[in-house]
Amino acid sequence: MNLGDQLLQYLFTGITIGAIYGMVALGFNIIYSATGIINLAQGEFVMLGGMMMVYLTAIIKLPMVVSFFLSILIVTMIGAAFERAAIHPLKSPSVLTLIIITVAASILFKGGAMFAWGKHTFSLPPFSGEKPISVLEATILPQTLWILGIMGATVALLILFFGFTLTGKAMRACAANRTAASLVGINVRTMVLLSFALSAGIGAVAGIIITPIALMNYDRGTMLAVKGFSVAVLGGLGSNVGAVAAGFIIGIMESLGAGFISSGYKDAIALVVLLLVLFIKPSGLLGSRERAEFKKF
Amino acid sequence: MGKKNILSLLILAGVILALPLGLGNSYYLNVLVFVGIYSLITIGLSLLMGYTGQISLGHAAFFGLGAYTSGVLSAKFGVSPWLALLAAIFVTGGIAFLIGAPALKLKGHYLAMATLAFGYIVFIVFNQASSLTGGPSGFGQIPRFRLGNFLLRSDVHYYYLVWTLVIVVLLVSLNIIHSRVGRALRSIHEGELTANIMGVNTAKYKIQVFVLSAVYASLAGSLYAHFITFLNPTPFGFHFSIVLVAMVAVGGMASVWGAMIGAALLTILPEYLRAFHDYDILIYGSTLLVIMMFLPQGLFAGILSLIKKER
Repeated sequence: MNLGDQLLQYLFTGITIGAIYGMVALGFNIIYSATGIINLAQGEFVMLGGMMMVYLTAIIKLPMVVSFFLSILIVTMIGAAFERAAIHPLKSPSVLTLIIITVAASILFKGGAMFAWGKHTFSLPPFSGEKPISVLEATILPQTLWILGIMGATVALLILFFGFTLTGKAMRACAANRTAASLVGINVRTMVLLSFALSAGIGAVAGIIITPIALMNYDRGTMLAVKGFSVAVLGGLGSNVGAVAAGFIIGIMESLGAGFISSGYKDAIALVVLLLVLFIKPSGLLGSRERAEFKKF
Repeated sequence: MGKKNILSLLILAGVILALPLGLGNSYYLNVLVFVGIYSLITIGLSLLMGYTGQISLGHAAFFGLGAYTSGVLSAKFGVSPWLALLAAIFVTGGIAFLIGAPALKLKGHYLAMATLAFGYIVFIVFNQASSLTGGPSGFGQIPRFRLGNFLLRSDVHYYYLVWTLVIVVLLVSLNIIHSRVGRALRSIHEGELTANIMGVNTAKYKIQVFVLSAVYASLAGSLYAHFITFLNPTPFGFHFSIVLVAMVAVGGMASVWGAMIGAALLTILPEYLRAFHDYDILIYGSTLLVIMMFLPQGLFAGILSLIKKER
């Protein structure tokens, strides 16, 4: 394999993993837009999605398609339950309280997953065959196409939801101005609940489609959350286009870094990017400065 | 510093002196050494989080930097443990300054994630720089402290060393809290903008308290390294940063006494919950969640306010 082919191969790997990071970042954005909260338990939804899918297909032996939608449904409900149990009862919590509560929740989800499924690392068969497809001199796994396809479909559905449905528009209204939204009769608290459910669901989708390639165990959530957050910040918190683009950027950087520099320091790349963005331009590539200020950070 | 605090300090000193007489068993002393080491970190963290209102999800990294600097210098370069401890304080304090200066301009979630990312990067370096750190499997043969010709061998020796330092750190911290600086720190918590307008140099104070808390953590790390005499990266990961925050939150953020109580509770309780071994993570998570939801002031302040109501 010459350098060009290698580069192409790393590019494919980076795009695959970047799509997942992008989806985690979308989950961060949805809750952040509706509530101003950064849900540090976001990565656990991804983990739960993957684990639930493994459980339903391998142990309960449900068909693939049924398990797919059932896993998403279950994790969505977990997300909603989390909001009702831990976020909803709080009366004007401080940012510090919210951070610690979402961290505590992420520990509980992690612990719960360990309790339910143990410390094993689980795999999942790819959705359609394992025969790599040759593109030029590099290869793509069929699962990569599934990942890109499902991510595309998710983003398209999100655009339709936020752009053309009444509920979606109501959620956007909450993001823009909560007081004004409640004045025109939008139930802000319901929208908060919805945002948690929705981002849990998206996290679950990401977890399900990545598991056949990257495997899954109870401990994967935190790292995914940190990387997803790095992506969300690089793209500009609240900007969904930014999240998708930044996902690919960080995914590709990571896979090039692992290939050409050091695989041991691969995980540090996203974190260094996060620190640099936070220190130099906290509003990210596509986020607006006013928006960032507005959310009282 | 207030009569109450002086009285509390004296009582604490008395209890510390008396405890080893009551506890014949060195296992309990061993646990108490850890309570002391963790208290050093949580006292600093309470200054940072409770008084100044700045969160850190990466303090395990400063603990680790102290431990590794001390350990590597003394085990691989033959530096005396005391000098290594001092060097670790300068290294960790310097790194805290470099990371704190830009990070503390951030607020809330951004600061939390910046410190978290920093902690992760340090953890990855501990794992990867194996020529120095021995990688994931770590390294041993770190020398113990000496006082003149006297080698600190047993748990009792370390117990007295660690707790003497806890008293010193408490004295320093209480003095800071009850000074002009302490009032400045609290004013940052109440409202940074207002504090600024009143002429408080908030940026300077935030960095100072951040570096101070890192120095405390580094001190704790050095004590840990020269006590255990073996280091690997596991105790210095994200999980421990959260445990530290939990300790401070459980005890009561805005009180150094609360921070010590939290450290004691969350160190001793898991020892009794050995049966749950792997599931201590669930206990940490639920304690943290319940306390933040219902007693955001922490157990210490919660109990104090209950007592006041009774009167």
